[in-house]
Amino acid sequence: MFLYKTKRTLKLGIKSLWLHRLRSTLTALGIIFGVASVIAMLAIGEGASRDAMAQIARLGSLNIIVKTVQPPEDQRATGQQQSLQEYGLTYDDAERFRNSIPGIQVIVPVRRVSHQAWYRNRKIPVEVIGTVPWHLETSPIRLVMGRFLSTYDMDYKQDICIIDERVMNELFKFDDPLGQFVKIGSDYYSVVGIVSPQPIAASSEQQQAKDAEASKKQAGANAGNVYIPLTTVKNRFGEMSVKISGQSGANVEKVELQEIIVKVANADLVLPTRDILQTVLERFHKKADYELTVPLELLEQAKRTQRIFSIVLGSIAAISLLVGGIGIMNIMLATVSERTREIGIRRALGARKKDIIFQFLSETLLLTFAGGILGIFFGCTIPFFVTHFGNMPTVITASSLLLSFGISGAVGIAFGMYPAYRAANMDPIESLRHE
Amino acid sequence: MDKLPARNLDFTADGSILVFDKLCKNYQLGAVELKVLREIDLIVKKGDYLAVMGPSGSGKSTLLNLIGCLDRPSGGKYYLGGHDVATLDDNELSAIRGKHIGFVFQSFNLISQLNVLENIEVPMFYQGMSEHQSKVRAIELAEMVGLGDRINHRPTELSGGQQQRVAIARSLANDPLIILADEPTGNLDSQSGRDILNILDMLYQQGKTLIIITHDEDIAKHSQREIRLFDGRIDKQWYNR
Repeated sequence: MFLYKTKRTLKLGIKSLWLHRLRSTLTALGIIFGVASVIAMLAIGEGASRDAMAQIARLGSLNIIVKTVQPPEDQRATGQQQSLQEYGLTYDDAERFRNSIPGIQVIVPVRRVSHQAWYRNRKIPVEVIGTVPWHLETSPIRLVMGRFLSTYDMDYKQDICIIDERVMNELFKFDDPLGQFVKIGSDYYSVVGIVSPQPIAASSEQQQAKDAEASKKQAGANAGNVYIPLTTVKNRFGEMSVKISGQSGANVEKVELQEIIVKVANADLVLPTRDILQTVLERFHKKADYELTVPLELLEQAKRTQRIFSIVLGSIAAISLLVGGIGIMNIMLATVSERTREIGIRRALGARKKDIIFQFLSETLLLTFAGGILGIFFGCTIPFFVTHFGNMPTVITASSLLLSFGISGAVGIAFGMYPAYRAANMDPIESLRHE
Repeated sequence: MDKLPARNLDFTADGSILVFDKLCKNYQLGAVELKVLREIDLIVKKGDYLAVMGPSGSGKSTLLNLIGCLDRPSGGKYYLGGHDVATLDDNELSAIRGKHIGFVFQSFNLISQLNVLENIEVPMFYQGMSEHQSKVRAIELAEMVGLGDRINHRPTELSGGQQQRVAIARSLANDPLIILADEPTGNLDSQSGRDILNILDMLYQQGKTLIIITHDEDIAKHSQREIRLFDGRIDKQWYNR
């Protein structure tokens, strides 16, 4: 019985909405845009957020990265006359970290030298990375062929190298790189392995395409990485690097390590370890020639920023939904006064107040639900175009669909109630007399 | 689908459907109290055909609203089918209207979005009749008023006389105690008016109870009993047949 009543009322609602097609469409537009903007904004926000998270996650959330930086000018002023600048992280630092801080799982000292690599007549600029066999544990790279460094290589300062895919694609267009020799500086290194950037576990295909693009961009400045045992680098390239600056002529800098990556056992240890590292470094470094980066902290910060971003976007969209709702209320009030006589007739024929409320409320709900469904459709299409033409990642979450649909339903009830209530409370005698 | 309230008194035993006991209706117009109906006593029995006459301002419309349970009396008692109308709340009044009163208006008052069949079904819908039952009954009623071939037409596609016939069919939908007609021929040409009066006569023959409110003597002559209102009081009443 109730079902029949509902069906009948909905049918009536559709009929009278259809009677005023243009008006109904225009009214629903408010909701359509509102819902679409909620979904699109949340999708764009979520996409940007995941993108940022993924980039940070690549640094490793359990890592603490200590980097050598040039000390600020004023602190260097005294050393201006000297041609030798000595600063940065040292092997002693790495050793101290290892000996004094509990909870550290892996310490990877890294020495970076920009150089050129040759294979036959091909030449590309590369970043020579002197590192240790356990480098893979802290870095988002993955061995795809051959092997990585071993302790044997370290102990005997082997002239071997592992190249990444970019180097492989540039230098070895036709040959199998394994076993070939790459010339860096004046020495030849045997290629023993190939690595590639590791895709983030949960990333989509589109994300991978983006990664490839990003690494291509990076390749413009630096064609790729060549991994060589740290001991070999120390031997072959030394620790000095010469910089020619305009005024004082040649300026020689001595830097032992460019980077020390520290990996701790679990996330709770990240921040305390960071503090200890800071203290240890402060004690042994007079100049501020180091920099601590904590991906986990960045991640948290990014999350906070994203949350604010989402709230702002969401509220803007919600306001548009609210405006849509007010539009609906306006139209429904007009409809009610237009149909005053019909309401009077129905009341005379036995309709109770709640029958009238139900009739008008169902009309409003039909409008908002139709608007909501169309809005979801558009809301899902907009991010698609944003991704394709705006080159921005977007993620439509099920919760954003539910949220916006729920809001549009709530808007329907909230803004439909008053006109329906007004219709129901009209005096039947007055409304029957209404022209 | 509220159930009708319990009856306070059972007048129906002697065939009394409608009982007015010193019925008053006052309107407050600013500081002045306007007495529109003054102590009206009236009993309508089952099968009566009553015409209410009177010049404008005599209280006809107010009486119509009270009989139709669209309004509540300010004083006195009104029993309809045993229910004390003054004590009923809005839902119960709606239920009584839907079940016991069949309205026929001067301007037909059909719902323009609905076709003939759907218009006839409206009162049954609010009484909670099932889809099938109400459809069958609506077709039956449409055939009775001679519109069996027009059930899918909209009111705008019908002549005035046809529209009024639909309205009469609609008023019969729930088999009410009283069919209450307000100037049923007022908007019709004389031929259509005669048709409508013939239908009302037919209903009277079938034993329905009719109350017609009119200022037209000719129409009133069709009735079995006439009441003349003047200045809120029953001035005269007599039987025609």
